Amino acid sequence: MNQVAIIFRRELRSYFATPLAYVFIVIFLVLAGFFPFQVGGLYERNQADLQPFFQWHPWLYLVLIPAVSMRLWAEERNSGSIELLMTLPLSLWQAVLGKFLAAWAFAGVALILTFPIWITINYLGSPDNGAILTAYIGSFLMAGGLLAIGMCLSAATRNQVVAFILTAVIAFAFLLLGFPALLDLVRRVLPAGAVDAIASLSFYTHYMAISKGVIDLRDIVYFAAVIGFWLTGAALVLDMKKAE
Amino acid sequence: MITTKNLTKRYGNKLAVDDLTFSVAPGEVLGFLGANGAGKSTTMRMIAGFIAPTSGSVSVCGHDIETDAVAAKSCVGYLPEGAPSYGEMTVSEFLDFVADIRGLSGPQRSARRALVIDRLGLGSVIHQVVETLSKGYRRRVGLAQALIHDPKVLILDEPTDGLDPNQKHEVRRLINELSKDKLVVVSTHILEEVHEVCTRAIIIADGKIVADETPSALEARSRYHHAVSLRFDKPEQLEAATRELAALPEVAAVESDKRELRLTAVPRGRTSPLSAVSALIAKYNWDVPELHLEPGRLDEVFRTLTQPAGIDVKPSEGAPV
Repeated sequence: MNQVAIIFRRELRSYFATPLAYVFIVIFLVLAGFFPFQVGGLYERNQADLQPFFQWHPWLYLVLIPAVSMRLWAEERNSGSIELLMTLPLSLWQAVLGKFLAAWAFAGVALILTFPIWITINYLGSPDNGAILTAYIGSFLMAGGLLAIGMCLSAATRNQVVAFILTAVIAFAFLLLGFPALLDLVRRVLPAGAVDAIASLSFYTHYMAISKGVIDLRDIVYFAAVIGFWLTGAALVLDMKKAE
Repeated sequence: MITTKNLTKRYGNKLAVDDLTFSVAPGEVLGFLGANGAGKSTTMRMIAGFIAPTSGSVSVCGHDIETDAVAAKSCVGYLPEGAPSYGEMTVSEFLDFVADIRGLSGPQRSARRALVIDRLGLGSVIHQVVETLSKGYRRRVGLAQALIHDPKVLILDEPTDGLDPNQKHEVRRLINELSKDKLVVVSTHILEEVHEVCTRAIIIADGKIVADETPSALEARSRYHHAVSLRFDKPEQLEAATRELAALPEVAAVESDKRELRLTAVPRGRTSPLSAVSALIAKYNWDVPELHLEPGRLDEVFRTLTQPAGIDVKPSEGAPV
């Protein structure tokens, strides 16, 4: 496990070694602050909760998470450092896990830095802070799922731009699956069971469930399964074509 | 100790490495030679555990590189081709990272770290970011990370590529020093390096071993082995000398270099024409300020072994290697 921690440290530090991390955090914070107030009507609703804040997270992540995950393996491949990493005494899984946890922790840092909005809402009224915490956990889990997808796709290419676009497209597809407008369309042709099955594959469905303040074990299992699935995919892709 | 058994790597239809079986013992410095694309790097990558062989096996320090990868990798120091590293880290951070992964700790860690920094002259750039370093420094950083854990086995893929002559000399000296208690595998296409550092050379062409012997034995394969080379002072003597040398029974051919005023008498058979040539010099009273016996030319042997057609000495299939 020590090897995972060493990779984690190196990777997290490398995020902050370039301006990318700071640019990312600033953009995230600006957008995360802009949408709830300007579009989401946080004031106008006259309710002391952060629903308008959390409902934008899937859309923010759609653009910002691929930017975090794109470099994870594509850059190693491009610079050739993957050859160094893979000939050091650690297993492929330790490398995959260390990198993933670093990216996830980075996303977590960005999320924690949105705390002023929590202070604001507590100043304005008395919200259900338990529900807010739950929603934060849901958002963090969703970020993890998207990062796992991004990591797998980053492992498949040496080009960061390609990794970014592929991740955004697939994340969008996963999001769309749970979108009420699309599900209404599908409901006309498919039986209710099939529609529920499709919806349950989507981040959107599970995230929205958690962000309302209810942690259901099924939602947690869902995100854990998504992360596990895509990380396994990343390991397989790397094992197959690490030298290319 | 490195042992490979029937090591083969296939990319699609292309056979990159074809059934290599050899072993290397501690104390040996094995030079891995071959034209670009001959399979040198592929072989070294398989030994280092970066890519998996299509078939066959590699064992390093008694550990199979596939089934016991971490143990095998622990005893190897590897410098990949082009010396990649993490560009955004400083030299110091990078070495710390490798030392951590290699499990070094305590006083041993600081001692090893200080030693490689000193040996590779990295002191002045220790806090510089790797990607701002020159090619030569990056190569040295790569060597430093390969050496930091004092490995039993060193695999260096073109360690002197991109270095200036002084740095090349320094790296060769380092390899010579290390070879006392280590096993070193070096790939290169700089042939002069083979003589300076290697105790044994393997030449591969099209993924197959075409020669495996000491550098001197390789040189002895050359048609210039025991050839006599003479430099003249007066251009007018050159033509007569060429005629006289060619008439000697010990000489197979005479090659002349008009610009340098140099003649090379290539021997017929195994005996050197040196005494016959010196007798001629005395007889005709030529002005020869320079006369020497050639050990053989590695570049010529290399070309002969690695170029498939259109050359005078083509190794037959199953030639003794």
